[in-house]
Formats: sequence, structure tokens, C-alpha cells
Amino acid sequence: MAITVSHLTKRFGTFAALSDVSIDIPAGSLTALLGPSGGGKSTLLRIIAGLEPPDAGTVQIGGTDSTTLPPQRRNVGFVFQHYAAFKHMTVAGNVAFGLEIRRQPKAAVKRRVDELLELVHMEQFADRYPAQLSGGQRQRMALARALAVEPEVLLLDEPFGALDAQVRKELRAWLRRLHDEVHVTTVFVTHDQEEAMEVADEIVVINNGRVEQVGTPDELYDKPANAFVMGFLGPVTRLDGVLVRPHDLELFDRPEPSSVAATVQRVVRLGFEVRVDLERDGKGELWVQITRGEAEKLAVTPGIELFVRPVAGAVTAGDG
Amino acid sequence: MTATTADPAAGPRPTPRLRRPGGAGLGLGVGLATSYLSVVVLLPLAAIVARASGHGWGRFWSAVTTPEAAAALRLTLVLGLLVAAVNAVVGTLIAWVLVRDEFPGKRVMDAIIDLPFALPTIVAGLVLLALYGTTSPVHLNLAYARTGVMAALLFVTLPFVVRAVQPVLIELDREMEEAAASLGAERFTIFRRIVLPNLLPAIAAGTALAFARAISEFGATVLISGNLPFKTEVASVQIFSQIESDNTLAAAAVSTVLLLAALAVLLALQAMQRLGVRRA
Repeated sequence: MAITVSHLTKRFGTFAALSDVSIDIPAGSLTALLGPSGGGKSTLLRIIAGLEPPDAGTVQIGGTDSTTLPPQRRNVGFVFQHYAAFKHMTVAGNVAFGLEIRRQPKAAVKRRVDELLELVHMEQFADRYPAQLSGGQRQRMALARALAVEPEVLLLDEPFGALDAQVRKELRAWLRRLHDEVHVTTVFVTHDQEEAMEVADEIVVINNGRVEQVGTPDELYDKPANAFVMGFLGPVTRLDGVLVRPHDLELFDRPEPSSVAATVQRVVRLGFEVRVDLERDGKGELWVQITRGEAEKLAVTPGIELFVRPVAGAVTAGDG
Repeated sequence: MTATTADPAAGPRPTPRLRRPGGAGLGLGVGLATSYLSVVVLLPLAAIVARASGHGWGRFWSAVTTPEAAAALRLTLVLGLLVAAVNAVVGTLIAWVLVRDEFPGKRVMDAIIDLPFALPTIVAGLVLLALYGTTSPVHLNLAYARTGVMAALLFVTLPFVVRAVQPVLIELDREMEEAAASLGAERFTIFRRIVLPNLLPAIAAGTALAFARAISEFGATVLISGNLPFKTEVASVQIFSQIESDNTLAAAAVSTVLLLAALAVLLALQAMQRLGVRRA
């Protein structure tokens, strides 16, 4: 089901969490709400789920106006950052909850629970309590619980935020595969641009309660709408007051057309990649990302003078 | 943590052993706690049991089964159960209101909950007699009636469940309830299937303490009950009157029954909580 959010506004006291936010999320897509902490993305997700009422604006799910519907009537699955596991119930009990309150026959509930536990690879943990599981297992259980009632929309609030880096990576790839299998319209909140770029079909960048840009990961990276989006989605450095990606700069050992002179301050080798920090005489600092081969050809060492210019077609953004 | 084992001045030890920090203090602490508990609690209790059983179990049994003693014990236990049950419900409700609702005077109400703890219970008895006595300003005469005794017991045992449930409710993960709501559970279902099971250990603990207190209360009930044998005389008052009539064996015997009832409830509570711990 598609989600349409129109002119949403939400304030907490004097703090404006969302200001006139409108977005369209196509049916069956996997969308990331990306932005810094406190930017309003979680609030937006909670309003879509009905866990928070908006001050103004509307939410449509599958074409029906859901703005005033309680969470019980929205047919939305919600996954929380800290799992929200029912800790007095077993894994199977957690997953069965939504089906039991719909008074489905016992045998049907058991069949569906088994099916879901298999989907999230938790069959062998059915009789455990949440306290006996790792964070990653708890989150997979929470996901199975949300999917059990066949929601029209799946919403995940920083689903991997409380997990360590390795588990995070695994679950990301796994969420992507799961979505390709289940095809439910999925929206997840994250502050991690790598996570958004890796998992999502479409990214909504939200900052200070406003939508900065909506697009595919490639569109956002290659055509950022402004300096904020450019800075948030990847590394940037500054040349003559313009933001540019450090890998979109080239270095020369003699002056070239439209290049500028700079002195090497520091050279850092990160495996294949070499990071060169430069200082332009009285005009600020910048850094350039080059390959190891290029660094050796130029014999980059601290103290020497080099010439910098952006490559043709470099992505740039005015200094916001 | 490691500072206790890394002591360069001690030099190399032949068999370096990891010791828990405060290992030596632990032994001292356990000794002190055990001795204190023995002298202050266990010894007097043992004395009562010894006194009660000193003349053989036949004498003990006949002392607690005299019609008057049996009636007092029955009344005490039944009232204790009733009071504990009422407090389990009302105490949970009050705790809920104090944690989840915002209203003017909330902090005052929160402070007042502890009043029955702070007040000498004889004062509570006097207050209740003034309010519900023969000259009741609200025309509700509960003096010398079982309802009056129950009112007094409700008063003194109110804080137990409230204070047991309150911290658990504060710590309860609200997102569990939101998750249940998004899964389609209505408010009552959320309370019954999500909130209540998580509060049960605390409710049980508070209720057990309220029961133990209710069966042992003396000060609050002695005035309002009028101590009518077979009608309003509770066990603690019966013990008192036995001592006054120099019948220490009967007093000790009835005391031992109260002691056993309280002990049984507390042990049952322990067992229940051990069961609950397995999940957590």
C-alpha cells in the first residue's frame, strides 16, 4: 500500500519536530528516512503508525485517510529500536500475539508462527524468552511479530541502531532480501547514510523537521539538492567556498588550467586509498582522496607544493 | 576492578589467584548480617515457638482450638485475605494513576500514601473511631463491627501494594504497549496481556506484605473493634487479653499460628519470584 503524507506539522512544546512535511511512498517500495538525530524522522514514522497525533496535515495509507485512526486500525507493523519484546512471553508467544487477539484458530496460529520463525531463522528459539536472546535475535523476533498480522505497511524505527557493527551489516543485507521476498511497503528510519544507501530503493533526507531531498541513492549522491544533503551522504571538502567530494579532485605536480596551488601537510595511507591533507596559503585547508598509484607517481610527501582542481563533471554544492 | 589484583608492592606470588574485589569484606558482611538477623529476629521468634511448644503439642493444639482463640484466628485470617485482595486491586489502581496520569495534587497524593506507615497505628485507630465511631460526623457507625476492623486494616496496609507496583510501572517499557497496539490490541487487552503480567510479581509481593501486616495489626484495630469475642476480636488482641489474664501459653500458641501464616505467605512469595526470575 502506498503512503501519502501531506503538510504534516508536529510540535513538542516550542520545538518544531516536523514543519509542513509532504512525501509520497510508492506501494511495495523500501524507503529510508535518513537524517541526523533530532531531525524529526522518528516522529514522522510514529505519526504514520498512529503512535503520535500530528498537529496538522494528513496521512493516507492505501488511499484511505488514516490521520485520525488509532494504531489498532491502521494495519501497520512497527519495529522499535529497542525491540519492545514482550518479555513475559516466549519467542513463539510474541509472534503469536497479533494472531491470538484476532481470535484465529490455534492450529492456524501455530502454523503461521512456525512459518514466520522459519522466515527469520529463529525456529530453534521458539521456546526461549527474550532475555535469553541476543540483540540481533530479538530484533528478528520483533520483525516476525510485526509481519505475523500481514500488515499493509512495515515501519522500522532505527531497527539496527542498538546492534554492534557486524550484526548490523548482516541484518541490513537480510532486510533487503526479506523485502524482496515479502514485498510489503517498508519504511525505515536511520541516521546512517551507508545503511540507507545499501538497503533502500528510495531515500528521504530529513533535517530540522523538513524534507531536504527525495530520490534514489544514486540521485542523492550524484545530484544533491544542497550542501546539507551532499555533506550528509558522503565525504566532502571545500575548494573556494564550494563543496566537492575529495575523490572528485585531481592533483598535479605542475600548474594546469584552472588549478590552484596547495602545500601538502599530511599523507595518510588507508590501504589502497591515500588521503592527502593540503593547505592553501592563507586560503584554507582541503583534503584529497587518491589511489596509492597516483600518490607514488606524484611522490607526495609533506612540505611539497601540488596543484589541485576538480575533475570534469565533479559533483559540487554551494556552501550552505 | 583489576586494581585489587595488580599490586606491584606485593611482589611476584607463587600462585597468582584472581580474587573478587571486596572478598574479605564479604565474609565480614555476611557474618554481621547473619548475627544481626539472629539476635534481632530469629531468637525472639524461636523463643515464642519454644514457649508455645514447651508443654507438648497437645497443650498447644488445645490452646489454639478453644472456641474463642479459633474464632479470633479465623476472623484474622479471613480479614487478612479480604484486605490483601482489596489492596491488590485498589493499590495497583492508585499506583497506575500516580505513574500514568497527570492531575493537580498528584505529588500531595503521592506523599499521603506513606502516611499509614508514618503514623503510630494507635493514632490511626483513634482517627477511625472519631470518624466512624458512635458519634460519627458522617453518620456511618462502624465501631464494634467487623467492617470497622476491616476499614482499620485497609488503612494501615494501603501503602504496600502501591509502593511495590509504582517503581515497576515507572520502569515498564512503554514501547511494549505501543507494539501491542500496532498489532491490533485494544486498551483492555494491552493491560491484561502485556501490563498486568509484568506487574504481577510486584503486586504479589505487595499483597503478601499487606496480608502479613493485616494479620498482625494491633494498634489500629484495638480501639475500633471493641474486642468482642467471637465477633470483632482479632488474634493480636486475643493474644493481648490472654497475656493480661496470665495465660502465656495460649498467647504464645496463637502467636505461633500467626507467625506460621506470615511465614507461609512469604515463602510462597519467594517461590513465585524464583519462578519469575527464570524468564528474566
